[in-house]
Parts: sequence; structure tokens; C-alpha cells
Amino acid sequence: MNRFDYVRPNTIAEAVAAAAEPGAAYLAGGTNLLDLMKGAIAHPTRLVDVSRLPGLDGIARLADGSWRIGALVRNADLAHDPAFAKTFPAIAEALLSGASGQLRNAATVGGNLMQRTRCSYFYDTASACNKRVPGSGCDARDGDNRLHAILGWSDGCIATHASDFCVPLTAFDAVAEIEGKTGRREVAVDALHPLPGTTPERDSVLAPGELITAVRLPPAASVFARHARYLKVRERTSYAFALVSAAAGLVIEGGTIKEARLALGGVAAKPWRARSAEEMLAGVRLEQAAFARAAQAALADAKPSGDNAFKIALAERVLVRALTLAAAGTPVRVPALPASPFSSPAGVALHA
Amino acid sequence: MTLSISLTINGERRDIALDDPRVTLLDLLRERLDLAGTKKGCDRGQCGACTILVDGRRINSCLALAVSHDGAAITTIEGIAQGDRLHAVQAAFIAHDALQCGFCTPGQIMSAIGLMSESQAGDDPERIREAMSGNLCRCGAYAGITEAVLEAQAQLAAPKTERAA
Repeated sequence: MNRFDYVRPNTIAEAVAAAAEPGAAYLAGGTNLLDLMKGAIAHPTRLVDVSRLPGLDGIARLADGSWRIGALVRNADLAHDPAFAKTFPAIAEALLSGASGQLRNAATVGGNLMQRTRCSYFYDTASACNKRVPGSGCDARDGDNRLHAILGWSDGCIATHASDFCVPLTAFDAVAEIEGKTGRREVAVDALHPLPGTTPERDSVLAPGELITAVRLPPAASVFARHARYLKVRERTSYAFALVSAAAGLVIEGGTIKEARLALGGVAAKPWRARSAEEMLAGVRLEQAAFARAAQAALADAKPSGDNAFKIALAERVLVRALTLAAAGTPVRVPALPASPFSSPAGVALHA
Repeated sequence: MTLSISLTINGERRDIALDDPRVTLLDLLRERLDLAGTKKGCDRGQCGACTILVDGRRINSCLALAVSHDGAAITTIEGIAQGDRLHAVQAAFIAHDALQCGFCTPGQIMSAIGLMSESQAGDDPERIREAMSGNLCRCGAYAGITEAVLEAQAQLAAPKTERAA
């Protein structure tokens, strides 16, 4: 780990000023940043410790029915907040399917949004990686790339975004509140992570020194509570990043889907909202054939970026199953194995 | 630059001068405070050997800068027995043969204590396995570990009179 200056500001304004210096990075839970620093992938010259900034650790339902989650709320505290989890069960399930108990106690909401890819070539400083060293090339293209992107990738980068939390946030139109030198602005979580194009080193649309202070869910996001699930297929039962995941939310009235929300994880450099599939589902009879058509539409533009064509078929099946689970109804309690395909409520067919 | 922090470690307040902000809680405990019970496995948050309680919550001490935790209350494996009387989780690990080489054991035990205070797993072995997935055991003592956590959980849930008997 390189040497750095450590500063601990007392206010958001002080933090933003301290982080405007070139080479500065914010430190909150540290679970991703310190890992990256130990691997010499990140080498900030100044750490701005925001972990004690006041007023950023609340979970509140606002007067208009929207919810605001402070950026310093720990993943475990959000997932276990009873009122929040009841209103947004797919978000709670996604959080509990990520990382480990220890990491969820440390990792923050803001840090989850700002985490970097887990592409193994990004982590290996002996490999070429355009995200780590712009212009150096991408060793993943001809490497071990069965886990890599199938949507929105470019010749320069085929990495995926690793967050579970961001997948239902994107599906349910969450917005990030951001403070910077020029004041406050808001960015939809769906628009926070740009696709790689020719600038894969750019992970987010945040300007240097900008700080996420909260995530907000609009009032309309809470109508899916009775039919909302997160499903995550991984290469071991627990404590693994997604191979493919999906968040699904439905509003069902009299056997008809009134509204649908769908997003995929593990398939692109950002959480992937499936709007065309949502539109196909709105107003149709609740039946498996509709789920299958929607899933095909969601993956219509998918292309393998290497040895990962299987992820396209897998993503379709994950979408169908996530919709099937959502239609069956949100379980009273998050399953023992959150979001796991090995965990299903009694009486629900696992396979479409 | 010297950074001064104070920590309450296993109930004892310690004032510590740090000459370098890079020191993690793990390295502070092991290398500077002679509390080597907390183990360094991967040093990257993947194995759980370094699990400690910070303000009662289990975290990976390898991914926590000491300077960022000024004022915290830390509990390590050295701080859970009362004299010669083992903590219920320690006793259950012995009773259920929940270890072989023992390297991961301090982290397993601290993680189990943390998970019991989180009150999410109850007596469901599946939930216990899931909640312990951040602690790897290369010897593969997982079956015994799950049994040990189940027993410790049952003991803590039982009325005190039964426990004393």
C-alpha cells in the first residue's frame, strides 16, 4: 500500500474541498478501497475519511412517500431495517445475497455504488487492463472470460459491475444525491455507471471530489412490495459475486400484470435495466409464456465477449425464474439462502 | 506525522500513537499490541480469519484502518473468556471438534459471537451456514462449526437456571 495523507473532515463541505485535490479518494467502509490499495490497483495520495460525517446514516420515509437512505448506512443495517425491508424486499434480499456478514457490517450504501469491477485482469497488475491503465489493452479479451459482459461491452473493456444492491435500485428508479464543489445534483442510479466505450477507466459519472450523500427511492417504487424478488446465480452457494442476477417487481391485478420492473446484474459494466421487457409485460395475462417472451426481448442485443455465450441463455432463464418467484409473492421472511436458486418457497416450481 | 487514537480493547482503554495511517486494526493488534490471537489469513477480506468485534459488530480487521476507528470498542479472541471460564462458543467448538489445525478458529469464534448478537439465524442450520460463509476453513471442519454454533445459540437462549445446572 502506498503512503497517503489522512484527513477526517467534519462536514460535507470540508470533505468536498479536501477531496478536490488530485489523487484524493473518499474512505467510508473501506472494504473495496483498502483491498484495491493493498493490491496496488488504487494508489490515492490522500484519503478523505467520510465515515463519521454527521447526518448520513439515516433511513427515512419522507412525507411524499419516497425513501431516503443515507450514504453511510451499512449494508446490513439497511437490509435488516424492518420497515425498509418490508417496503423493498428485493433490495433487502439483494443486499443479503452479497459479500459476507462481516463485510455487510462495514460496507456502506455510497461505497457499494462506487465499488469497482472484480474482473481478475483489473486486479492483476501484471495484466493489460484499459480500466486500470488507459490504453494498455485488455487481456480479458483473449483470457479467461467466461464471467465477463454480454451486454454493452466494447473492444476496450468487457468487465462487469459487481454490485447486487444496484440491480434492484436500478429496476426501481433509485436516484443518487450528490454533493460537489458546484453544489448539489441528482443522478439516476441507472445513469451513474457509464458503459465502457473507449473510456473504460471512467467507472462513474461523478466528477473528481463529488460525494454521494444519499440514495432515494421514489414513491412509485413501493407499489411492488408484494411481488418483488432478487435472484442470483453464482458459482458457489454463498459469498460469491453474481454470474447472472436479476431483480423483478410486479404489480398484479386480477391475473393481469399491471406494471413490471426488471434489471439484470453481472451482465454489463452497469446494472442493466430491461425496459423493453417491462413494456412487453405491462397489461398482459400473468403466464409463463409472457415471461419467456420478455426475457428474450431483454437479451435481444446480447453478444458473447468471449467464452461466455452460455450467460445469454442463463440470463434469460434467470429472468424467467425471477419473474416466476415475484409472481408467486414476496416471502414473509428473506429465505435462509437469500436470492439463491437453491432456495424457493414451497409449492413454487423452480423451473419454468 | 503522528496520529493519536484511543481504543478500548477487551475492556481496557489504550492510547496509541500511530506513525503511519496505513496500519490496519489487524496489524495494530498483532504487531504492535501483542494480541496475536487474531489471525492474518488472506489480508484481503476473503477468508475471515481476522474477524473481530468493533462496537459489538463483526468485521474483517484486515480491511479496517486503525486511524479510522479512533474511539471504538474492540473485542478480540483474547477478550471473551472470563479467566479460566471459556465463552460458550469456545466451549462448544471444543465439544463439537469444530477445528483441526485451528488457524481459522479465532475468526470463526468471533464471527459466531457476532452472528448470534445479530439475531438473524436462530436455530436454523441453513441460516447459520449462510451467516458463517465469510469464514473459510481449509481443514473443512464446517459440520462441527455449524453444530457448535447451534449449541452455543441454544445455551444462550436457555433460561439461566438451566445453564448453571
